[in-house]
Amino acid sequence: MNEHFKTPLIEAKGLVRTYEVRQGMFGRATPVRAVDGIDLKVMPGETLGIVGESGSGKSTLGRMLLGIDPPQEGQALFEGKPMPKLATPEWRALRAKMQFVYQDPLAALDRRLTIAEQIGEPLAIHNLVPKPHRETRVAELMSAVGLRPDQAGRYPHELSGGQRQRAVIARALASRPKLLVCDEPVSALDVSIQAQVVNMLRDLQEKNHIAMVFISHDLKVVRNIADRVAVMYLGRIVEEASSDVIFKTPLHPYTKALVSSVPVPGKLLQGRVILQGEPPNPANRPSGCAFHPRCPLAADICRTSVPQLLSVADGRTAACHMVTRAEASVAA
Amino acid sequence: MFRFASIRLLRALITILAVITFAFVVLRLSGDPAQVMLGPDVPQESVDAFRKAWGLDQPLWIQYLSYIRAIFTGDFGVSMRDKASAMQLVIERIPATLQLTIPALFLKVVIGIPAGVYAALHRQSAIDRGVILAAIFGFTIPSFVMGLLLVLIFSITLGLLPSGGQDTWQHGILPTLTMSIGGIGILARFSRSAMIEVMGQPYIRTASAKGMKWQDVVWKHALPNAAVPIVTIVGFMVGTLIAGAVVVESIFSWPGIGRLLVVSVSNRDLAVVQCILLLVAATMVVSNLIVDLLYGFLDPRLRAQSAH
Amino acid sequence: MVKNLVELRGLKVAFDGVQVLHGIDLDIARGEAIGLVGESGCGKSVTWLAALGLLPGKATVSGSVRVDGQEILAQPRHVLEGVRGKRIAMIFQDPSSSLNPVLRVGRQITEALAIHRGLHGEAAKAEALRLLDMVGIPDARRRIELFPHEFSGGQCQRVMIAMALAGEPDLLVADEPTTALDATIQAQILDLLIALRAETGMATIFISHDLGAVSQVCERACVMYAGRIVEQGTIQALFDNPRHPYTRGLFDAIPRLDGPRERLIPIPGTVPNPRDLPEGCAFSPRCSHAAIDCRTRMPALHSTDDGRLLSCHHPVGSHPPIGVTHPAEARVLEPLS
Repeated sequence: MNEHFKTPLIEAKGLVRTYEVRQGMFGRATPVRAVDGIDLKVMPGETLGIVGESGSGKSTLGRMLLGIDPPQEGQALFEGKPMPKLATPEWRALRAKMQFVYQDPLAALDRRLTIAEQIGEPLAIHNLVPKPHRETRVAELMSAVGLRPDQAGRYPHELSGGQRQRAVIARALASRPKLLVCDEPVSALDVSIQAQVVNMLRDLQEKNHIAMVFISHDLKVVRNIADRVAVMYLGRIVEEASSDVIFKTPLHPYTKALVSSVPVPGKLLQGRVILQGEPPNPANRPSGCAFHPRCPLAADICRTSVPQLLSVADGRTAACHMVTRAEASVAA
Repeated sequence: MFRFASIRLLRALITILAVITFAFVVLRLSGDPAQVMLGPDVPQESVDAFRKAWGLDQPLWIQYLSYIRAIFTGDFGVSMRDKASAMQLVIERIPATLQLTIPALFLKVVIGIPAGVYAALHRQSAIDRGVILAAIFGFTIPSFVMGLLLVLIFSITLGLLPSGGQDTWQHGILPTLTMSIGGIGILARFSRSAMIEVMGQPYIRTASAKGMKWQDVVWKHALPNAAVPIVTIVGFMVGTLIAGAVVVESIFSWPGIGRLLVVSVSNRDLAVVQCILLLVAATMVVSNLIVDLLYGFLDPRLRAQSAH
Repeated sequence: MVKNLVELRGLKVAFDGVQVLHGIDLDIARGEAIGLVGESGCGKSVTWLAALGLLPGKATVSGSVRVDGQEILAQPRHVLEGVRGKRIAMIFQDPSSSLNPVLRVGRQITEALAIHRGLHGEAAKAEALRLLDMVGIPDARRRIELFPHEFSGGQCQRVMIAMALAGEPDLLVADEPTTALDATIQAQILDLLIALRAETGMATIFISHDLGAVSQVCERACVMYAGRIVEQGTIQALFDNPRHPYTRGLFDAIPRLDGPRERLIPIPGTVPNPRDLPEGCAFSPRCSHAAIDCRTRMPALHSTDDGRLLSCHHPVGSHPPIGVTHPAEARVLEPLS
């Protein structure tokens, strides 16, 4: 099957999102580009992982893909068609096909409704299932995410963190979406529960052929669940590749540092690349390559010119002067 | 800093203008001063003459414009009853009111805040429960009931204190008490909840974990953080120094601003009522301004935000 | 001469009558680094908050906590205040809210210097600058006058560490110090903790749910479950050959960054509610190796001949440790999957 000839389920073209931020008491409002020209494609049934640290714009990007945050420049296409405007009837109709799962399930759930009522809500809103069959569908959804039938009448606060996240996922699945955008869905869960939810998401996705955008700071979880991974730094994608290669042979110095910063159980700290400094404030973006002040490889060109995201190998892109130059010399 | 201050000042002036405009319109729509002042049986010529003399025959908007113009030249009008300068009349009454409200504010602060803080630091103790109960009792009973209750106990039953007038310092005790009890309750409750909230914060645990003495943790780390909500309430109380005694002054026949207001409203003595309301609005606005400035002083995070 | 720096004996904690810590015994030698590992609610943080008397009033604490042989539990307030910060310092999970928002960071550090080392004025400021420099705050001379909200999360944690170092403590208890931080900053803070320990020789307790982070910093670790230590040993022993099914389950549940992308192996079920602990071994309802005796009899924490402590009737893994195993013996025991 040739992926190139299929229409992506969701495609981002040059997405830009700018916020006005005022610094200090008398400062002027300065525009901050939280998302700064993002291009990406997600094929039906595929999982794209997005990793990055706080301030990388990964959560904003997630909301933009769903049309919740409208872009200032560029556009998002769903099944090849432009995303309708926020809160229009067309957008609402489309929302049934794309769902969002947040990090904090307690905030996403209404504490006054039982979880069965909340899972059934999208069925009623989008009028997807005739009323008499709704109860059966809710029961199906609950068993799909591993909730017991006797938990149907429980309220969110009566469930554990993992169970709540299951309920949120069941609700997201109710409208049989084609796309699930998950923003740190397992970050608040304990390791043993995290594994349960990750496995469940993988199973559901395979079974229902759902595409997924999985946003997380946890490289290990992303590697496990995603087919492809995009690494973001200060609003831009700096490297993208299949999850098998990107963590094994990272090319961009930032990806290298990220991979190296993950402590491996049972191994002592040795030969790790520890980045100096903090991620810069998006309001105060360094010139040229935004990563150059922390980069061990930075040369003069990195301070002056912004590296483009270029193809460096089959299905693999990177935005780094040093990497693209090295690849070019290998090719030559 | 200049931009911040000028925005605040402009906002304050607009607030005052809104208050006096509102007062002006409502007062003029709510009854005819000529009828009230002169009584029901006077001939129409006298009423007309009165109206003409006070400019009440003019259209409302002309009256309003000349009133505003006069204010800007420092002329706050003349009392229709006493024919004296309205501002003069009001200013004469200020000391009497402050004689009640300042000691009352003092009592609220020195009793309410420590009681609340102490209760917060000794949660679930008998004293804590006592403070909560007393606080609820204090601020749920309206001051006219409280005033009568105190009169019943201390003047009528025990015969210890006078029930009205302004002759000696003993005359001030009951009205001051009446006024402070509610405020003590409010402050105690607010201080308690502010302090409980702060004591549960991680930085208090940090302060204990670094080996600070318990008293220092409370005084140096907890209280400065609890101060912000407490200052808000105290600031509001300062704002009511001038006008907060209307009911109590009436109960205890205390010749302050409150009494003057009641009398002037029932006489439709327009200039005097407007003067009092202007003064009340001004004290409110000024105390709000001070509270805002204090916020910045107390909490550095608000210093950065207040420009937004 | 007391050998151990700190000794916990039978440390128990109950909140409003619900027991959450069921008797912790732990020895910390001078200069060593011990990890406390487990999921939320297992009691790993409560252990040290209880030891230092930092739990809220509704907690009842019993047992014994000795520092250099001196009992500090249930002692007058001044005894604890002399230990906190001076002998045992503690840093916390959320550095930004662990610093007082209305006080300048310089003052928060000099306060500790005044209490424990009698430094005031310029001397205290100079020492605070040295500490900030040591923990890697750039431009300390200017930043000492700033407030916590003007620092990033990672820098707040550095300030917390500087404050903890102010009393020159013998033991630093780090309670999930990197959990709230970004990956590259996490690595920096772990690095800093390791470097500081090497430099000052202070012992470290590293509380974390992140087994990876623990194995970077510590030589020894205790795995806790439902208010008890279930396994304790060297990092190497625990990772190479976990014996308690819970320890093993924790390792299996972590996704890997290398090797093939396999399905994760979760631990079924959830952590029990402390109000409603199961009979026998608290882990038995989630344990794939549980037998009948696990449901009736609580396994005691005992030392095994390979030098670890273990509380399990039917341990997994090999015994004795790999390499020493006699083939005939290994066959009767649980095979390594």
